[in-house]
Amino acid sequence: MGIFKMPSLGADMDAGTLMEWKVKEGDKVSKDQVIAEVESNKGVIEVEVFEEGVIDKLLVKPGTTCKVGTPIALIRGENETSQSLEKELEALSGGEKEEAAAETSEKEPGTPKTKKTEPATEAKVSKSTAEEVKISPAARKRARELGVDLDALAAKAKGKIGTAEVEAAAASNEKKRGGSDSMRQAIAAAMSRSNAEIPHYYLSASINLTPALKWLETQNRKRSIKDRILPAALMIRAVVKALQAVPELNGFWKEDALQISEEINPGVAIAKRTGGLVTPALLNAQAMDLDGTMKAFHDLITRTRTGKLRSSEINRQTIVITNLGDLGVERVYGVIYPPQVALVGIGKIVDAPWVVGDALAVRKVVQVTLAGDHRATDGRTGALFLDKLDQLLQKPEEL
Amino acid sequence: MTKDDIKQKIIEAIYEIAPEHEGDTIPDNENIQRSLDIDSFDFLSLLTALNDTLGVEVPESDYGEVDTLQKMTDYFSEHMA
Repeated sequence: MGIFKMPSLGADMDAGTLMEWKVKEGDKVSKDQVIAEVESNKGVIEVEVFEEGVIDKLLVKPGTTCKVGTPIALIRGENETSQSLEKELEALSGGEKEEAAAETSEKEPGTPKTKKTEPATEAKVSKSTAEEVKISPAARKRARELGVDLDALAAKAKGKIGTAEVEAAAASNEKKRGGSDSMRQAIAAAMSRSNAEIPHYYLSASINLTPALKWLETQNRKRSIKDRILPAALMIRAVVKALQAVPELNGFWKEDALQISEEINPGVAIAKRTGGLVTPALLNAQAMDLDGTMKAFHDLITRTRTGKLRSSEINRQTIVITNLGDLGVERVYGVIYPPQVALVGIGKIVDAPWVVGDALAVRKVVQVTLAGDHRATDGRTGALFLDKLDQLLQKPEEL
Repeated sequence: MTKDDIKQKIIEAIYEIAPEHEGDTIPDNENIQRSLDIDSFDFLSLLTALNDTLGVEVPESDYGEVDTLQKMTDYFSEHMA
C-alpha cells in the first residue's frame, strides 16, 4: 500500500481538509474501508483505501487542509516495514512534504479550523446553546448541507436561527474556501478539455414508454409509498442492462485506446439544493435488480443532498446519465466527462402521437440521446445501444 | 384536524424537503413541483413524509389531484375523514 495521499475527489479538487480519521495507528484496514472524512467543495466525502494493510502512521491532524497528492498516512502492506515507508516518504520530493508540514503547523495553534468545521458535519449543537438559541429544523438541515457550524453560529446569534442566518454564515465560509467558485472552475476545466479533445457524435431515439409506465404503475399500486419505484430508476436500470449488451460505451479513453470497464458505475447527475451539480456513481449497478437500483438511487440522492458521499462514488464513474425531464427538457445533448466515452441523456416523458399499426394513438414518449466519443466508438455502436434500450423498455417485467 | 392544520402540516413538510423556501409563502394554486423546483424524487419524499404525519397514502394515479398546495390540502382533508 505504502504512502496514502490526499485523493483527488473529482477533477475540480485541488485541496481538501482532513476532517476526521476513522482509524488509528496500528489498526488493520481492509479494501474499501473508510479511513477518513475529507471536506472538499463537494461536501464531506468518506475516503476509502484500495488495499489491505496496517495503519503505520497518520501524518496529518484533523483540521488540516492539504493539496491533492500530499502524503496523509503511511499504510503498511505485506512486504513493507515502518522503516521502508519512512524512507519512501523521504524520497518523495522534499518540497511537497515541507509544504504539508507547514500547513499543519499553521493550523495547529488554537486549531480554529478544526473547531470550526468538525461539528459541522453532524450539525451537533450542545444542549446549553440549544436552550438559549432556537434553531429551526430547516435551519439545522440547511446547516448540515452547507457544512455550517451551528455551535459557532449559536454562540454569536441571539434568539432564533433560521435558514437565512445559516446561509449568510455559509456564504462567508464559502468566500474563504472558494467553494462553489472552485466547483464551477473545475467543471469549466473538464468541459473545455472534453470539447477540445473529444470528437462527439450525437444520436437520439424516441422510445414508447407506455408499456413500461403501465407496468410500473401496477407494481407501485401493490407497494407501500416507501417502496415505490420512480420512472427515473427504471430508466437507469434499463440503461445499465443495455450497456451490458453494448459494453463499448461503458469505459474510458486512455492512452489512445478504449478500455471497457467491467463494472458499470453510472454517474447520475444530481442537483444540490445549495446550487451546483454532482454526478456521484451508482457503484456496480450491473449487480443490482430494479429494486436494488431504486434503493441505491434513493440512498445516493439523499446522501448527495444531505449527507456524505464516498470517494469511490466521486471518482469511479464509467458513464454519466443526465435526466433533465423534470425540468421539461425534451432532448439532452450532453458533453462527455473525460476520460469517459459516452453520456446518456433522458428527456421529459410526453404524451405524443404514435403510430400503432395503421392508426394514430397517443403514447408516453421519451427522447433518449447518446453522446459518444467518436475515437472510441462509431455511431453504429451508439445506435445498437439505443435500439437495445428500446427493446428492454418494451419488456419492463424483465428488467 | 382542521383544513388549516392540514395545510400547515403540508407547508412544514415542504420546508423540510426544500429548506431554501423556509418562511416563503407557498402559492395556493401553482404547481408545487414547478414553482418550488421539486423534482420527482423530492415529490415522492414529500408524499412519504405526509403519509407519516397524516396517515394518507396518495396512489400514483391521484398525483394529478395533489399538484398544488390547495388541491393537496383538499385531498388530504377528504381522505382523512
